[in-house]
Amino acid sequence: MARKVPEINAGSMADISFLLLIFFLVTTTMDVDSGIVRRLPPPPDPTADIPEVKERNIFNVLVNKSDRLFVEGRWGDISNLRAEAKEFLANPNNREDLPEKKFEVIPYLGEYPVSRGIISLKNDRGTSYNMYIQVQNELTAAVNELRDELSRQKFGVKFSELSQDYTDAIQKAIPMSISEAEPEDIGGTK
Amino acid sequence: MARFKKEKSGELPAISTASMPDIIFMLLFFFMVTTTMREVTLKVRNKMPEATEVQKLEKKALVSFIYIGPPIQSKLYGTESRIQLNDSFRTVADIAEFIYTEREARVEADRPLLTTSLKVDQEVKMGVVTDVKQELRKVGAFKINYSTRKKAAKTLE
Repeated sequence: MARKVPEINAGSMADISFLLLIFFLVTTTMDVDSGIVRRLPPPPDPTADIPEVKERNIFNVLVNKSDRLFVEGRWGDISNLRAEAKEFLANPNNREDLPEKKFEVIPYLGEYPVSRGIISLKNDRGTSYNMYIQVQNELTAAVNELRDELSRQKFGVKFSELSQDYTDAIQKAIPMSISEAEPEDIGGTK
Repeated sequence: MARFKKEKSGELPAISTASMPDIIFMLLFFFMVTTTMREVTLKVRNKMPEATEVQKLEKKALVSFIYIGPPIQSKLYGTESRIQLNDSFRTVADIAEFIYTEREARVEADRPLLTTSLKVDQEVKMGVVTDVKQELRKVGAFKINYSTRKKAAKTLE
């Protein structure tokens, strides 16, 4: 005959789970790591020739040790950098002093004039990291805005909402061509 | 009608707390799933710069972190920017070894996907960062991520 088993008191269950909850709240972090993704170039090959790049295809951005910008031979300002970089990369009026374009056949886009412009970024050892990130951010923003514009024009949606194939096509049409100069010790190393 | 009157006469019934553990457990599981374990104790200040054009790092297991910043205990370690790998201060020369150990810890198929996330304080000078980047290039860790805080994007006019 089944005997009546006394019920286990579950009143402390809430306390136990609270304890666990607080433990996890304290020991874990929630932040998703985000940032500006870059690909470093492989180490320079001393035997290889330096590729010739025409002056019109280079957009020089220099940041000095007191965080001032020097863009294309003139003092620049961070607030104009995005617009200037965009104009350089897009070259809407096919100006002579802005980069050449090369027609390439890209899936989904057909023949598209791909800009051959390269943004060359050079910083001093004394540049603050904050400034460096601001510059990187503005240059990335310029490329992203151009991609967004092309995407809206061709497919009618934002670049971030495109599927993988279309994303690849746009990335091919507007490459992220930011190159960092080999570091040199200039302006007082510290 | 008499029955209704009888029920009203008593005190307010106590609210049952039997479902409390269930609710707490639900919260617990939510936090267990959405968060990750804190891995290192920060020894350097780490106020990262803000940026708008950020991308999320997808696979957290494939990311190794390098922290750079002025030490928190500035009385003990000074104010010069230091590099922190895992739980201790290191120099630029230790980065190669650090990357090799990080690679060893991953399955072979995942190794090319390994990303190095640079968590750098905004006041650090680029000199240290450049040295670290050069070192990473030498060991072939090309995928890097400048970790930033997200700033609200500028509204388009």
